[in-house]
Amino acid sequence: MAADVHIWWIGADAADDSLLDGVRRTIDRVFGVRARVEHHSDRPTHAFDPRRGQHSSTQILKWLVGRSSGNRRTLAVTDVDLFIPVLTFVYGEAQLGGSVAVVSTARLTSSPGPERERGLFENRVIKECIHELGHTFGLIHCDAAECVMSRSVNLIEVDAKLTTLCGDCYSHFQSLHRKDNEHE
Amino acid sequence: MNKERTRVLVVDDEEIVRESLSGWLAKDGYTLDTAPDGQSALDALRRERWSILLVDLKMPGMDGLQVLEAAKTIQPDVAVVIMTAFATVETAVEAMKMGAYDYLVKPFDPEELSLMMVKIVAQQQLVRENVLLRKVLKRDYHFRDLISKNPGMHRVFDLARSSARSQSTVLILGESGTGKELLARAIHAESPRHQAPFVAVSCAALTETLLESELFGHEKGSFTGAVARRKGKFESAHGGTLFLDEIGDISSKLQLDLLRVLEDRTFFRVGGSEAVEVDVRIVAATNRDLRKAVEQGQFRDDLYYRLNVVPITIPPLRQRLEDLPLLIEHFIEHLGLEMNRRIDGVAAETLAALMRHDWPGNVRELRNVIERGMVVAKGTIIMPDDLGLDAGAARQAVADVTLSLDEVERRHITAVLNHAGGNVTQAARTLGIDRVTLYNKIRKYGLRRTDENGGTQG
Repeated sequence: MAADVHIWWIGADAADDSLLDGVRRTIDRVFGVRARVEHHSDRPTHAFDPRRGQHSSTQILKWLVGRSSGNRRTLAVTDVDLFIPVLTFVYGEAQLGGSVAVVSTARLTSSPGPERERGLFENRVIKECIHELGHTFGLIHCDAAECVMSRSVNLIEVDAKLTTLCGDCYSHFQSLHRKDNEHE
Repeated sequence: MNKERTRVLVVDDEEIVRESLSGWLAKDGYTLDTAPDGQSALDALRRERWSILLVDLKMPGMDGLQVLEAAKTIQPDVAVVIMTAFATVETAVEAMKMGAYDYLVKPFDPEELSLMMVKIVAQQQLVRENVLLRKVLKRDYHFRDLISKNPGMHRVFDLARSSARSQSTVLILGESGTGKELLARAIHAESPRHQAPFVAVSCAALTETLLESELFGHEKGSFTGAVARRKGKFESAHGGTLFLDEIGDISSKLQLDLLRVLEDRTFFRVGGSEAVEVDVRIVAATNRDLRKAVEQGQFRDDLYYRLNVVPITIPPLRQRLEDLPLLIEHFIEHLGLEMNRRIDGVAAETLAALMRHDWPGNVRELRNVIERGMVVAKGTIIMPDDLGLDAGAARQAVADVTLSLDEVERRHITAVLNHAGGNVTQAARTLGIDRVTLYNKIRKYGLRRTDENGGTQG
């Protein structure tokens, strides 16, 4: 299958391998595409805004586009806090129908804690990764609160959704993905 | 809620703001565009309709408040949200006074933006529903509600618009279902008489005696059952417009009576001896060839010339197929409200099937086909099978090239009536014409209804 996904850790701290592996397996299960975790030392340091103490997600997407090749999709995961100029923060950003996406883990947990909290944190990160990747396949926000493509602007909404696509979004994904493959 | 219909324009001099904010909102399914300054934003507003404008306060040249002021003049119903990084109470108050929907201080919380967008869309949806429902209830149609991209239709609208301002009698010609009454209502609504009543009479639906009493009213005791004096439609329409539909079907006696009213502006109630004076503007309509009827001696030539002051011919739907997408969207929106059913549109194959259809019943037939599609559709998109268009029957009719047009129509009406078990209302709905027209055609072709629920014989 041509449309594979590269998962790239671009965080400040060391990569959380078990978390990234969970993301990889879920991408494989939800979208049926081949996903792979990659490690590079490059970091989009220029995207940091010292006034806000946050990284610009839009600048990171541009940086990722410059490093993408072929038909692959790149999903960057980071532990730094992201923003777009008019908003206080974003959990992630993606090119709609494009090839790059970025997700931040910064606001999905406060601190590593007991086993249950670790599970909750991993789950949130996986949901946001699937969500942003869904946008790269052309999916827009879904009105069904439990669908992974529903818009979440707070943790309550992140926790309310599942890691999977609802029936309507899955059918839409299949038709978009079919067209995507026909063009390749 | 169809978010694609909500068109959002982001106005900011900073490219990164335009790009990131429009990208964020596009994922909610809104239709988006951006403008780098106030002037381009106003140009965009003059070109197209926008639902929401997100405008930065501080921009070189025209600032956000100037954009707000001009935007409200161009499109008063557009929701303008002012964004600023340098908030002051004074500018916030000024913006709200000038009609801004909201005033956001950058950076704002994603939840705040998301909730505000949902609120604006819901409010605009309510306003639109309200306007639509009022129209449906009052049947208050204006020229802006008559939709077409066809140059022929635009000539019709131009002529109707100019005639609306005059007092002249208008004669609307066109096949059944082309929207003659709708045009008559629009002429009335935009005429100086719009505050007075619009009264419609279908001349073919009543017998000669009943129509006479309906039009002119009657005095108490003028005939059996006339227990009190009753005003006719002419009197009811005093100061306003009287729409005489199917004018080609009135009897020769009524033709003469009508001619007298048109000439003298006075008439007598049935059984009355006192002349009643009225100030009524006449808009008449027919699907018949009145000139031919005059030549054949079926219609008075003096009445024809009285009526034919401003003739307006509405083209049939098959001559303006480019209007189908617009009309389909219009019906889906209106019927969706009436039926409380959400349909997002028709599939590409459905539109192709609709474009192939001949539309003998014109826009009325299209409305019925769409209504059926909306009832039958399993999802939110109408598929070709949901329409119930009988492609086989249409092909067969076309293939039988030895038949005259009248014979094809006669056979088809017979078949549809039989299929409907003789039920004229149901058959008229299938044919996409009104009951009166169907009764006329039954009479024209000598189709005898055996009984109310029985079959039909040719």
